[in-house]
Amino acid sequence: MTRVLISFTGVGKSSLVHLLCQNQVLGNPSWTVGCSVDVRVHDYKEGTPEEKTYYIELWDVGGSVGSASSVKSTRAVFYNSVNGIILVHDLTNKKSSQNLYRWSLEALNRDLVPTGVLVTNGDYDREQFADNQIPLLVIGTKLDQIHETKRHEVLTRTAFLAEDFNAEEINLDCTNLRCLAAGSSNAVKLSRFFDKVIEKRYFLREGNQIPGFPDRKRFGGGTLKSLHYD
Amino acid sequence: MSFLIDSSIMITSQILFFGFGWLFFMRQLFKDYEVRQYVVQVIFSVTFAFSCTMFELIIFEILKVLNSSSRYFHWKMNLCVILLILVFMVPFYIGYFIVSNIRLLHKQRLLFSCLLWLTFMYFFWKLGDPFPILSPKHGILSIEQLISRVGVIGVTLMALLSGFGAVNCPYTYMSYFLRNVTDADILALERRLLQTMDMIISKKKRMAMTRRTMFQKGEVHNKPSGFWGMIKSVTTSIPGSENLTLIQQEVDALEELSRQLFLETADLYATKERIDYSKTFKGKYFNFLGYFFSIYCLWKIFMATINIVFDRVGKTDPVTRGIEITVNYLGIQFDVKFWSQHISFILVGIIIVTSIRGLLITLTKFFYAISSSKSSNVIVLLLAQIMGMYFVSSVLLIRMSMPLEYRTIITEVLGELQFNFYHRWFDVIFLVSALSSILFLYLAHKQAPEKHMAP
Repeated sequence: MTRVLISFTGVGKSSLVHLLCQNQVLGNPSWTVGCSVDVRVHDYKEGTPEEKTYYIELWDVGGSVGSASSVKSTRAVFYNSVNGIILVHDLTNKKSSQNLYRWSLEALNRDLVPTGVLVTNGDYDREQFADNQIPLLVIGTKLDQIHETKRHEVLTRTAFLAEDFNAEEINLDCTNLRCLAAGSSNAVKLSRFFDKVIEKRYFLREGNQIPGFPDRKRFGGGTLKSLHYD
Repeated sequence: MSFLIDSSIMITSQILFFGFGWLFFMRQLFKDYEVRQYVVQVIFSVTFAFSCTMFELIIFEILKVLNSSSRYFHWKMNLCVILLILVFMVPFYIGYFIVSNIRLLHKQRLLFSCLLWLTFMYFFWKLGDPFPILSPKHGILSIEQLISRVGVIGVTLMALLSGFGAVNCPYTYMSYFLRNVTDADILALERRLLQTMDMIISKKKRMAMTRRTMFQKGEVHNKPSGFWGMIKSVTTSIPGSENLTLIQQEVDALEELSRQLFLETADLYATKERIDYSKTFKGKYFNFLGYFFSIYCLWKIFMATINIVFDRVGKTDPVTRGIEITVNYLGIQFDVKFWSQHISFILVGIIIVTSIRGLLITLTKFFYAISSSKSSNVIVLLLAQIMGMYFVSSVLLIRMSMPLEYRTIITEVLGELQFNFYHRWFDVIFLVSALSSILFLYLAHKQAPEKHMAP
């Protein structure tokens, strides 16, 4: 199971991934070439009797949206079998959030990427996101670098952005461990997102096999007793 | 009265160039970044505006637009302003932005940027010593001193760029050099890349699980920090963490491999696109141009060698020589004065336009390749500095392409520089740059097919 993390370069994806996977702050972030992967151990439905541990792979794919089409075609390889997308943008740089539309189009329309032609010219089309099955999450980084006075305006803007994508949003500072401390609202949103991804990945597959009777599922493997699928 | 009209024309054109530089900055260079410090954009546009004005004055010189004395005045003024910007303002701001990025020195930004600027001035001055550029009768802070040094740097840059460009241009255009890349190659490489990523993932899964069990057992998993930590880690070693470091090393090696594979795949895709492009009509046209340019490039290298070996600097410009040849050898009679003006205008115009365009494109590519959100300001200012120096030295060198009667104003304004030196220096650096680019491209070309043929 994979999840892909995309955004513009220099936004702080590597720090974010490090924070999510190793619960540590990345000391010396450097340029990411190509794609880097990290693994997070996630407890699905933590605190309930149905708790199960899953591995979540975070693929950090980045670069510039205006890259040469050869780089885009190479990146397209990583968009296969994606179960969830985290869009990362820089809170101090407005243009990175505007680029998110183009990024999401690139990832969601991966079938068209090899020809190097996007469906639209980057204009946002709500229809495409409406029937999108893949869960999205929008994360804004570098929260600490925004001055107190401007914070409100920036946060309203990002709230609109998340609404456009029909996604949850989290704003944090990757150099501060406390942002994702257990029990904080950020951590809860993150858990919910990962849970949604796991559901779509494992339970949707089951649902596809037997359409119309998605009620009780038995999971091979034994750790999960039974599942009520709504 | 005419002076006022002339000045207003000049100022209007300068405002136009400023606007163009501003747009270029916003649309092309900074299209992915937010402009927070407007001073950077202003400096860039101002440098661009004044450089273009210099070229404009050359054109006016040839076309004999505007009053002669007002042209001279504007030349002098323009030159002073550009030198001020290139030697005082831009380096100071570069130092300022570099210092602002370093958190430690944030408090005394101004002080440190002044220090940086003084260092720059010191090296800048020292630059002039080994070169025989000036006659000793000039004062310390005269225009000639500054221009001569700016000229040296700019001419070096020009020669490097045109040497590399002259070699790279046929290499890129001609399809003879294209390696044969099939879809199967690309698929195979992609598969290898994904396999490597899978291996990395499995190793990281093991690491994450180990870390989690260690954490749950209450063992402290911290990298040895500090002096005592390191001493302790020598004597006692937790088997879990030893395992981790071993796996971490394997992961590092695999990650390096995955980066290499990614770059190679991108390279293959680019080559495939070029192959597809070369089959189109435009591609064939560029292929043909490539042959043309390769001959031109060889000729230029040959001429540069001859110039250096026989120690001669061309006295006549191509326009006059071309006219001489047509009149004397081919016997075609025409009004020399009239035509020489127009032909030199066209020739100089083409040279100017292509060099501006070429420089802007190169700068944009360079900027995309190396900038990040932290360093974008510094890099743009560096590019503005390079652009200014480049344009100033183009003026120096363009003097050679113009007939005698138009050279006078440049000679007058720039003072008694040893122009011959600059041409000689250009030839030397051009030769060095072209030969080393040939060597470099040859090595890169040879090395690439071997990598892909290996299973």
